[in-house]
Amino acid sequence: MLVEAGHFALALALGLSLIQFVVPLWGARANDPVLMSVAPTTALAVLACVGFAFLTLTYAYISSDFSVLNVVENSHSAKPLIYKISGVWGNHEGSMLLWVLILCLFGGVVALAKNTVPMRLQANTLAVQAAITVAFLLFILMTSNPFRRLVPAAAEGQDLNPLLQDPGLAIHPPLLYVGYVGFSISFAFACAALIDGRIDAVWARIVRPWTLAAWCFLTLGIAMGSYWAYYELGWGGWWFWDPVENASLMPWLAGTALVHSTVVMEKRDALKVWTILLAILTFSLSLLGTFLVRSGVLTSVHSFAVDPERGTFILGILVIFIGGSLALFAWRAPLLQQGGLFAPISREGALVVNNLFLASACATVFIGTLYPLALEVLTGDKISVGAPFFNATFLPLIVPLLLLLPLGQTLAWKRGNLLGTVQRLYAVFGASILVVLAVLAFTYGGPVLAPFGIGLGVYLVLGSFNEIVTRSWTRGKPLSVAWIKARGLPRSTWGTVFAHAGVGLVVLGISATAWDVESLGTMKPGDRIGAGPYQLRLERIVPRQEANYREDAALFRVDRNGRELGTVESMKRLYVTRGMPTTEAGILTFGLSQVYVSLGEMQPNGSVGVRLYYKPLVLLIWLGAVVMAFGGALSLTDRRLRIAAPARNRAAPPIAPVPAE
Amino acid sequence: MMIWVILMMMTALAVMAVLWPLSRAVAVAGQTDPNTQFYRDQIAEIDRDRERGTLLPEEAEAAKAEAARRLLRASGLKEGEAFAVGEPALRRRRAVSTLALSVLPIVALAIYGAYGSPHLLSEPPGAQLRQGAGNGAGNLDLGTAVAQIEAHLAKQPQDGRGWDVVAPVYLRMGRTEDAVKAYESALRYLGRDATRLANYGEALVISRDGMVTAEAQAAFQEALAIDNSSAKARLYLARAAEQDGQMAKAKAEYQAILSASPPDAPWRSFVQDQIARIDGNQGGPIQEVGERPDANAIAGMVQGLANRLDAQGGSPDEWARLMRSYVVLGQRDKAVAATKRAREALAQDAAGLRTIDAMAQDLKLTESSP
Repeated sequence: MLVEAGHFALALALGLSLIQFVVPLWGARANDPVLMSVAPTTALAVLACVGFAFLTLTYAYISSDFSVLNVVENSHSAKPLIYKISGVWGNHEGSMLLWVLILCLFGGVVALAKNTVPMRLQANTLAVQAAITVAFLLFILMTSNPFRRLVPAAAEGQDLNPLLQDPGLAIHPPLLYVGYVGFSISFAFACAALIDGRIDAVWARIVRPWTLAAWCFLTLGIAMGSYWAYYELGWGGWWFWDPVENASLMPWLAGTALVHSTVVMEKRDALKVWTILLAILTFSLSLLGTFLVRSGVLTSVHSFAVDPERGTFILGILVIFIGGSLALFAWRAPLLQQGGLFAPISREGALVVNNLFLASACATVFIGTLYPLALEVLTGDKISVGAPFFNATFLPLIVPLLLLLPLGQTLAWKRGNLLGTVQRLYAVFGASILVVLAVLAFTYGGPVLAPFGIGLGVYLVLGSFNEIVTRSWTRGKPLSVAWIKARGLPRSTWGTVFAHAGVGLVVLGISATAWDVESLGTMKPGDRIGAGPYQLRLERIVPRQEANYREDAALFRVDRNGRELGTVESMKRLYVTRGMPTTEAGILTFGLSQVYVSLGEMQPNGSVGVRLYYKPLVLLIWLGAVVMAFGGALSLTDRRLRIAAPARNRAAPPIAPVPAE
Repeated sequence: MMIWVILMMMTALAVMAVLWPLSRAVAVAGQTDPNTQFYRDQIAEIDRDRERGTLLPEEAEAAKAEAARRLLRASGLKEGEAFAVGEPALRRRRAVSTLALSVLPIVALAIYGAYGSPHLLSEPPGAQLRQGAGNGAGNLDLGTAVAQIEAHLAKQPQDGRGWDVVAPVYLRMGRTEDAVKAYESALRYLGRDATRLANYGEALVISRDGMVTAEAQAAFQEALAIDNSSAKARLYLARAAEQDGQMAKAKAEYQAILSASPPDAPWRSFVQDQIARIDGNQGGPIQEVGERPDANAIAGMVQGLANRLDAQGGSPDEWARLMRSYVVLGQRDKAVAATKRAREALAQDAAGLRTIDAMAQDLKLTESSP
């Protein structure tokens, strides 16, 4: 009965969204405050309906109600509670419901932000949001209904894909979806601005927190997904240029550009049309990401949603929203008031360069991801575009961007001074070159390019913090004064510094993968295998029986120079209901480095294939992403009421006169 | 009935959510305009920054001038934006109310009627509850029981009775391969009695999609050797004869089962149907009663596979599948022809030929092959 009520609530949400779409638009057009005020209440009502539907589905999962088809297909009564809950979004139907729930959640927050958002903007934004909600609710109800019943009820469920029975899955999709869907707010605001024909710094200030929050979540979501693939898929890689990963990277790149261009708009009231276009493109790429994953046009590790029929529906949604918004852009953008011009050597000029590079990088990923699909559709040839393509196209775009990053961060608004900026970074250049030389000397005969990568990472981290130093420390003054000044700097400055330092940490982690050591072996209990400074001894292999799987666990003892450091376990599991084997890697962390061991085939004579990696500094890859997201969050807490003041008379002030960012 | 009351209340609440703001007089005048407020805040912030020393006085002046310019522009925009009130507004409000009162229930009921399962609700709630509760409890018991037996068997794999108990459960859960293995273990540890052998044969047949393989046939024959009254074994042997294309033999066997079984035996009507079918379409495709409602679709699929293999060739496994499909459909002559074509197509492929030979042997197609 509860399930049926949840189903009905979803249908009700569709009706409410239709009203939320039509009435506020009408109100804004007729300039009628009463009609516009329908938007917030209906948005909250839609949120209540979808939230209720989601709760009933979750309840069906928890109580193992096998009269619901979706539960039968993706759950099992013997599954642990956490995977019963995470199983709700571990499948196509449920994850789409989560997508819409997050969409409505954002709509609800916009509805509650009454005093910060002008009424017309709010009404138009919520109307655009409602249009997206209508499309996705129709999609859910018509092609992927999680509430479909099974009569008579099944005796037992078919269990969740074992690869997805993992804490990572409980966190990864919600984070990623908050990121994807968060950009829908920027999109809705952009469309609202186009509909209203008005855009200014207030718009930028209202949009920026949403963009930033979405960006933080997307960053964390991608990092989480990468770490999940690293430990669950069992071959120690952390990024595969898999189309599904690219699908989340594209909105991230576009979103990163958007975060930076809204700064220019907020401070200098410029770059308006480009920002609007970016907002539209970012969400379009999010939609495309959803399409790529959900339609099953790709066959990849994420192939748990393969259904071409749904693909056509999502394709329709894509065409309507991307095509529609771009058409709206083409029609209305020329009417927008253009912003001011600015000098090329300035903070805003640097941000334009940043946008150009990020957009180009995004385009290369786009081509590399979609070209094989287009080729297959047109000619039937199947080609695969992998790491070599992206290394050859993506890296040459990203490395110059990273090299310019500290420079741009140090430049002043409006009128920058390149020479002065470079001078302020002398110490950073020097330190980075020293690091490169030191690493080259220590690892002579090893990888050639990796030391330069390390140097780049150090340069980014030091370059980011250099801003704090130059703005708060003066020669001859005590450190305590510098500390007080540094603490007085705006939070957004600190946020920038942390986010950029996070990029540096990621670069460090990626560069260090050049020193990975891999060993393969077939081992019996008592055998030893080594990688890097670590030695592993296979102690024993124990079979175990758990509620919904059985496994062979291999226990290893880890030594370094004969000293025991601990034990690590790696498992080979068989999930009985689906008859599907999985590998659980054993990971032991030492500082920022990891020892990673995964099992291969069990031989009949009792020996087992073992794959061992030593991965120095590998944790920095994900830690860097977390630091980036932290920087974004820090910037979110800033009041952000600063205006770009022209920096006059550069030589005179003891403090670098950069009031913003 | 209870559920309809709830659904009605939900609809009413949703309609209220739209009607409520319409009934409110919006206090527009008192609200500060966020547009101009933003620039006022900005100017205040510049002052704060100057006091803290992060801005120099002349910079603060410049920034303030800029913010003031924008403030002027923003307040200028506000003019001519008087909110619409009066008679047209009232009419619009009525239109929206009508919209909410009509669109919401219609859309919700239409969509729910099309995709929901309201017939599940029209059952008396008592039955629904009992069924649900029975199911839920049954599920848990079955699931945990299987898990317990599996845990026990992992420790004591020699316990034949455990295998005997779990095998039919596996079969019911659709884990046919596990059921076959469980019966094999049960046979090993508890001995080969007629019922168990017949059940084992049945599991084999189900695991091969209804095909009575040579292995299964051997099991049924062994069961009959022990106890020649085993109806299950005889039924499946009759079906084997039918799948081999020996219709007369199959029919005779079915009639023998019929005459040997008591008048109230549950399989009588099934056997009679089989005989009627053999009489009805001699040599035609077999229609499994109840199991495969759409034999034409299956025959079409098989034909498609055959056409593709003839035109483009295919893997040994695909050829083997075609052979088996024909046998299951009762078209032995076509199966033999397919075997011949497969041997020609795969003449260069030694491993492939072995697959085809093994399948031919399994399907007893060997005698007619060259």
